[in-house]
Amino acid sequence: MTVIARFEIDFVQFLDHLGRVIQPLPAFARDPQALIPLYRSMVLTRTFDAKATALQRTGQLGTFASSLGQEAVSVGTAAAMRPEDVLVPAYREYGGQMMRGVRIEELLLYWIGDERGSDFSGPRHDFPICVPVGSQAGHAAGAAYAFKYRGEPRVAVCILGDGGTSKGDFYEAINVAGAWQLPVLFVINNNQWAISVPRAIQTAAKTLAQKAIAAGIEGVQTDGNDVVAVRFAVERALDKARGGGGPTVIEALTYRLGDHTTADDASRYRNAEEVKEKWTYEPLARLRNYLFGSGAWTRTDEDALLAECVGCVQKAVDNFLAIPPPRPEQMFDHLYAQLPKALLPQRAAAIEEGADRG
Amino acid sequence: MAEVNLVQAINMALAYEMEHDPAVLVLGEDVGVNGGVFRATVGLQNRFGKERVLDTPLAEALIAGMSIGMAAQGLKPVAEIQFSGFIYPTLDQIINHAARLRHRTRGRLACPMVLRSTYGAGIHAPEHHSESPEALFAHIPGVRVVIPSSPLRAYGLLLAAIRDPDPVIFLEPTRLYRLFKQEVPNDGEAVPLDACFVVRQGRDVTLVSWGASLYETQAAADVLAQGGISAEVIDVATLKVLDMNAIVESVGKTGRCVIVHEAPRCAGFGAEIAANLAEHGLLSLLAPVQRVTGYDVVTPLPRLESQFIPSVKRIVDSVRRTMEFV
Repeated sequence: MTVIARFEIDFVQFLDHLGRVIQPLPAFARDPQALIPLYRSMVLTRTFDAKATALQRTGQLGTFASSLGQEAVSVGTAAAMRPEDVLVPAYREYGGQMMRGVRIEELLLYWIGDERGSDFSGPRHDFPICVPVGSQAGHAAGAAYAFKYRGEPRVAVCILGDGGTSKGDFYEAINVAGAWQLPVLFVINNNQWAISVPRAIQTAAKTLAQKAIAAGIEGVQTDGNDVVAVRFAVERALDKARGGGGPTVIEALTYRLGDHTTADDASRYRNAEEVKEKWTYEPLARLRNYLFGSGAWTRTDEDALLAECVGCVQKAVDNFLAIPPPRPEQMFDHLYAQLPKALLPQRAAAIEEGADRG
Repeated sequence: MAEVNLVQAINMALAYEMEHDPAVLVLGEDVGVNGGVFRATVGLQNRFGKERVLDTPLAEALIAGMSIGMAAQGLKPVAEIQFSGFIYPTLDQIINHAARLRHRTRGRLACPMVLRSTYGAGIHAPEHHSESPEALFAHIPGVRVVIPSSPLRAYGLLLAAIRDPDPVIFLEPTRLYRLFKQEVPNDGEAVPLDACFVVRQGRDVTLVSWGASLYETQAAADVLAQGGISAEVIDVATLKVLDMNAIVESVGKTGRCVIVHEAPRCAGFGAEIAANLAEHGLLSLLAPVQRVTGYDVVTPLPRLESQFIPSVKRIVDSVRRTMEFV
């Protein structure tokens, strides 16, 4: 018998769970001050998350999917992207979306059930949140093809969850990305749980990164709670893609510390001991410990940042709550570029019905 | 001006638009070197290059998904699904993404893609090659469903579909691909979407059909004319968004309506037209609206497909019953 293929999956980590440096930091992270914006984005994300959950609990928001514990994946990814790149996200990527310019008001609008929330004032080419898991992977491949076709040095960055990697869409997309050497990056936000289904029974593959191997492309695993590792791996992959080197799959190992959504109760299927243990790996404390240790961050800085983030989120919430609800005819406004005449009577009926309801 | 068949008209329209708009590209299974299994894309790769005529992996959901990504980022993909029996994996992409991208982003992103597929029975193809899924697509808000019935119509409608800023499902009746030829000027003139076409004037009954069934419907109108019954024939052409005014107007004149389609009857698109007539044309009707359709069965394998497809005789019989109704 002859072995005709072997493969290895690299694991990338710079800060361990206590925030200790375990290998020389990459250039962008050598100055601890340079990591403060990343930390700020993660804290803002968590502040937003807590506020959104509270709004849902008080009936001021619809069902919300928390990103608690997964901030480093989103923030690390977006930090490495250029504005002209395109993000093709799943839900829970608020950190990255905010860094790219999506406003908190827009995120809240989406989750209260208002389409205007997907009309980002910021990254006009970014895709809206994708709810049917993994189905956005093909969009990223298509967007990447458009960039390649026009010779633009842009990269499409798809973020999907561990559950999404079980879908055909994911395989089909990484397969074509490899075959056509598309400038695309797939980041797997592996938070270990697909609602109630744990990673262990999602797939027998030892890593999700190795799924890339079957597509003939590079697969890398990172510590998804180490924002330095995520940013490093993503930057490498984006540089490669921009230089014509083709696609990459990055699996970022993290953990969903909260429920799947506010409509879910994870205690039904997940034991509290596991969650408690995972709190010791979470990304904010890790970077904070490092920053404290390096002398770049103080308790005063921390208090000021928390206050700033709370104020920022509260201001956005106030703005959000002041946005008037959509009018009924807005159901029709963007269905087609121009509303077909045949639908005008339905539009008129919706307006009339809306007027009846006051 | 050369006479061309329907599949050649498709090829002409694709070539014309690729020539005039660098954002248009073609993708699908076998569409490149092979020119498509029906040769609808023949010659395009040689002419426009491998960057614009893409042989994709055999992955229909991906073909639709990639088209969405391309369209959202400024290209105009024209994707081919070889047979309608293979179109179902694209439904998730069409329903959940293509059809609503403009709506859910309030116009920030749009999806100007065309998904072409062959459809319908009558070419003795294997299983899963002969289905008529138009009603599935017609149910989806945000898309257009367009079905040509002749080379001339195929050319003009496909140009309109590619130029349309929203997603269009373009179903080509395989049975008509090489059934007859017409003179088709290669002038880049599109015909409007969202409009029915009255293809024959009449006074006694309105026959409404689309795609391949229009062929038998017109033959039935000839037979009826010999018996002194004057049938008006409407080619629906765009099922979504439906131009019901044209049909109501015609039935207002004739007082009778027979709808002919090859797809199964239950929840078929004929039901939508009949319901609209009940709502908007009841007082014009002198007889109940009739439907002549495929049966509510699995589209049969070739040995029975001619029994399944509405025949001229079935259409004529239905019209006679309508005429005799008192």
